[in-house]
Amino acid sequence: MEYKLTFKEYNEAMKTGKLLGLKCKDCGSITAPPKMVCRKCGSENLEIIQLKGTGQITTFSTINVAAEGREAECPYTIVMVKLEEGPWLLGNITGVEPLKASMDLVGKKVKMQQATIFGGDKFSAGESARPLFALV
Amino acid sequence: MRKVAVVGVGETKFSGPQTKTGVELFAEAATDAMKDGNVKAKDVQALFVGNCLSDFAEGQGMVQAFAAENIGCFNVPANRYEGACASGSMAVRDAMMWVASGAYDIVLAGGVERAATLGTPLATRTFAMFSDARYEFPAGITFPGVFAMLAHLYAATYKIPIDKLREQMAAVSVQSCKYGAQNPKGQFFGKYGDLTVEKVLSSFMVASPLTLHDCCPFSDGAAAVVLASEDVAKKLTKKPVYILGAGQASSGPLISQYDHLPKIYARELASKQAYKQSGLSPKDINLVELHDCFSIASLIASESMGLFDYGKSGAAWQKGEAAIGGRVAINPSGGLKSKGHPIGATGAGQVYEVTKQLRGEAIPALQVPNAKTGMTDTLGGDGGTVVNMILQRGW
Repeated sequence: MEYKLTFKEYNEAMKTGKLLGLKCKDCGSITAPPKMVCRKCGSENLEIIQLKGTGQITTFSTINVAAEGREAECPYTIVMVKLEEGPWLLGNITGVEPLKASMDLVGKKVKMQQATIFGGDKFSAGESARPLFALV
Repeated sequence: MRKVAVVGVGETKFSGPQTKTGVELFAEAATDAMKDGNVKAKDVQALFVGNCLSDFAEGQGMVQAFAAENIGCFNVPANRYEGACASGSMAVRDAMMWVASGAYDIVLAGGVERAATLGTPLATRTFAMFSDARYEFPAGITFPGVFAMLAHLYAATYKIPIDKLREQMAAVSVQSCKYGAQNPKGQFFGKYGDLTVEKVLSSFMVASPLTLHDCCPFSDGAAAVVLASEDVAKKLTKKPVYILGAGQASSGPLISQYDHLPKIYARELASKQAYKQSGLSPKDINLVELHDCFSIASLIASESMGLFDYGKSGAAWQKGEAAIGGRVAINPSGGLKSKGHPIGATGAGQVYEVTKQLRGEAIPALQVPNAKTGMTDTLGGDGGTVVNMILQRGW
């Protein structure tokens, strides 16, 4: 069975600022990032939809020790965002000084911005868009 | 299903970077386990080895086949298990299943890793491979970052002020280091025994809110156990330790687990399976070796295993309820934090520790009095794989 929404298509869309997801035609749940089946009920009966890119920060961390090759990015803040449609995404936050990021961020409303790009390294089979959020 | 016993255990010292190859490390642990279990290499019918990163650490794949030949288990089926930090426990659980099924009577299982040899930058990169390469790593997730986010989420979920939670987490590291400093097999033997909450809080911030002393080290090391069917075990040892229950479950990437976080759902499932199979409940457990890769991980693990109420385990640690002599002794070995975390070997190392405790052969200062029943908990990645096992004294 053919994969409905591949990483490549999801990634290309995110690079243009569009967040794609999958809507289950059986239970109505939204799956993002994409999977073969609905993450809720396991159905293969899915359609591609565009998500709003709005949500709430559920948690965060400011990273001071990076993976090999990414040391220059430190310090940087990662956030988990609960999208309005349900799924959680992992991304970065703009407009917040990393070393000042605090529990005040939790629960704050955010909107997805134009994605930045992780250029990839020798292990990563190419580049990936990295979701970027800003406080609203 | 037949009853399965641990008849022999062996373990190298867990350490920082060292010069023995992965095969050499495993061979030392394996031969010690076979001697301990009165088993000869020719009696071993299969070899199951947990190993994650030897490809990266020393350019060595298929370590399990070469280890089998190296220790004289010539031409036996040899399987490698990769489930991130739970690899060693996957190997032990599978060995248990094969012996229980009747296919084999004696299986050698364990694991080996040279994670310290990788060095911090490459180790941080390769450990991040246990997050989603496409949907998590690009944003810059690291392993401490996963548990740092879980710590903030835990604070928000249970409405614990972050400064209070940080003190509770520090109490976990202090207890682990106090015990681990007395464990000669441990990486921090003789070190950090006098760690204090203040020192944990003021050490280098790795990923907010986790400081260096909230994190376990990268480690080299190997551990191995010999499993045998009940009838064979009784001929080999007077002190068989039975694996009465084992559970294993999987999950998708961290961002897919949002229905349950900060709980790790795979652990809720795996521990329930282990309790059900054993017919035991959390109150029956005297000691636990659980997966404290980070201080917050101990709190999350102990709650899902039913040892403490959700949101209450930090206070339990502070009150000494997780100490030797407390309600349930947690990580008397020093745990991953102080004993060390050679990821492919860690789970087998936990079985080593629990077996020694149940036999009454632990380091005297770390021996849990009258330990009859123990449990292990091994977490792979951020919950992608979890294995729980319940072991009991068989005499």
